[in-house]
This record gives sequence, structure tokens and C-alpha cells, in this order.
Amino acid sequence: MVSNAMDNRQWFKKGLRNGLPICMGYFAVSFAFGIQAVEGGLTVFQAGMLSLMNVTSAGQFAGLSVIIAGGSYVEMAVLQLIINLRYLLMSTALSQKLTSRTGTAARLGIAYGVTDEIFGVSVLTEGELNPFYSYGLILISVLGWTGGTVFGAAAGAILPESAISALGIALYGMFIAIIIPPATKSRPVLIAVLGGMILSTAAAYAPLIRELSDGMRIIIITVLVASACALIWPVKEKEEA
Amino acid sequence: MPKVYIYILVMAAVTYLIRALPLTLIRGEIRSPFIRSFLYYVPYATLAAMTFPAILGATDYFLSALIGFLVAVFLAVRGKSLLFVACGACAVVFVVELFLH
Repeated sequence: MVSNAMDNRQWFKKGLRNGLPICMGYFAVSFAFGIQAVEGGLTVFQAGMLSLMNVTSAGQFAGLSVIIAGGSYVEMAVLQLIINLRYLLMSTALSQKLTSRTGTAARLGIAYGVTDEIFGVSVLTEGELNPFYSYGLILISVLGWTGGTVFGAAAGAILPESAISALGIALYGMFIAIIIPPATKSRPVLIAVLGGMILSTAAAYAPLIRELSDGMRIIIITVLVASACALIWPVKEKEEA
Repeated sequence: MPKVYIYILVMAAVTYLIRALPLTLIRGEIRSPFIRSFLYYVPYATLAAMTFPAILGATDYFLSALIGFLVAVFLAVRGKSLLFVACGACAVVFVVELFLH
């Protein structure tokens, strides 16, 4: 249908526009990832391919440490499963914004771009989610993510050490920007955030537990904190989304 | 390092499955209040645990990282955008380290 095609094109453009801030934020963070990937022994091509195929901030940084340490493929798979488990919730929430008219192919396309930021923007649209809006968001965001990685990997070496050091905090700045604003509005979320930070600090120094890999510690802490919060403060329908 | 490509494929396969399965399979609503609530808290617990204390070792100096962390939290509490918070933290680290060198 012609009118439908026009609709899709407008949604796509809107996605490109609303995705621009994500694109720029991703560029800064993935630039740091590119630098670290090359320092860890990856080629520029491998770093770019990794970013293009994964589009996960935390998962990639943690995965990179497994690659550098020469960990097992099973460890890698479990680590990715746990760190990226949150996408399960986001993907589930997005499934509630689609109708039966959205076919499996479109769902598979939307799935590729389920990240904290793209999810945050797309789930806030009024009513039904047009897949072309997602495609616009995803295209511009992945461009920033992969482009930043390649630039960081290729040009990171010519940057002074002080600039590389400063970029090292970019990823964490992004995480803080995601978790802190909701924590100021909801006490249970604040306690989940503080609980996660306190337990992971304790786990980094506690005997035996500190011997576990970073990924395993995060798995255990996440399950403990999220279970406790879910038992004490069950979430009501309207608080989600 | 051909092993690198296997690592990348493992990462991509696991991550994509997590993203694609709910979107393609779940057509109805999850009813268990506990699972719904658990999934709701997962991102906060995970990202918080990954951020702290790792952020304190993310730069060349403990002090610059600590100040960068505090500034990032301050900017986030003020509701600044993702880009602003990430770049603000980097800028603060850069400036603090000018004095530490």
C-alpha cells in the first residue's frame, strides 16, 4: 500500500533523528572499546566485526577480557548470557508493543538492535511500535557504535596516553546515566543499585569469592539483588515499561 | 588468531538469541509477578555491579577515576543525557590528570 509505505518512510526518518544522540554517545564509548580491543591483540577488522555483530557495551568489554585471558567458549557463552540477560526483559517488553501484523522477519530485525538505549527510546513511543522506526534507530546507532570502534582501533594508537586514560571511564559514565535517574525516583531501584555496588565491592575483596571471574561474580550478585528486590518490592504493572 | 573469530561468533550467537527469542516467541503476557519483578530489577543490579568498583580502576589514577565517578553521578542525578554524562566524566578525568602528571 502506498500510504503505508509513506508511513514507514516517515517512521524510518524519525528513527534516524531520534537515534542521533545515541549514535554520538555510542561513538565515544566504542572509541574506547576499539582502543582496548587493539591493545588486547585484536585487529581493526576484528574489533569492527565484534561491534557490528554484538552491539552490546558491557557484554563486549567483558567478552574482550575473556578473549585476552584465553578463557573457554563455555565461559564466554555463560558470561554473555548473564550480562545480556537484561535484553530478555527488554525484548519481552517490546513484544508487547507489536501486533500480530508484525511478522517474524520484522521481529528478528528489531531483535538485532535491542540495547539499553535503543530500547529506552523505542519503548517510549505512543501505542504500537512501527518496525521502521526501530530500523532507523538501529541503523544510526550501529553506525556510531561500529564506526567509533573502528576509529578507536585504527587511530587510538596516535592518541596521547592521557586521552586514552580519560576515555576509559566513558562506558561507566554511560552506565551511570542509565541507572541513576530511575534510582532517584524509585526507592527499590535505588536499593538495587546500591546493593549491586556494595556487594560487588565486597566480592572483589572477600576471600574465595574474589578468586571467581568478574563474570561469575556479576552473575551471582545480579541474581541475589534482583531476587531480593523482587520478593520485597514486587513490581506493579504500571511501574514497568 | 582464528580463535578470535570463534569467540566473536559465540558472543554474537548467545546475545542474538537472548534478544530474538522473546520477541519472536512471546505473543502473550508473562504472568508470574516474581519473574516480572526479577527481570525489572536485573538491569539495575547488573549495571551497578559492573560499574562499581571497576570504575575506580578504569583510568590511570585512582583519584581521577574517583572524581570522574562522582561527577558522573552528579550529572546523572541532574538528569543530563547519556552523551553528556559519558563525555563529562571523560573530560573531568582528563583535566584532573593534568594536575597529577
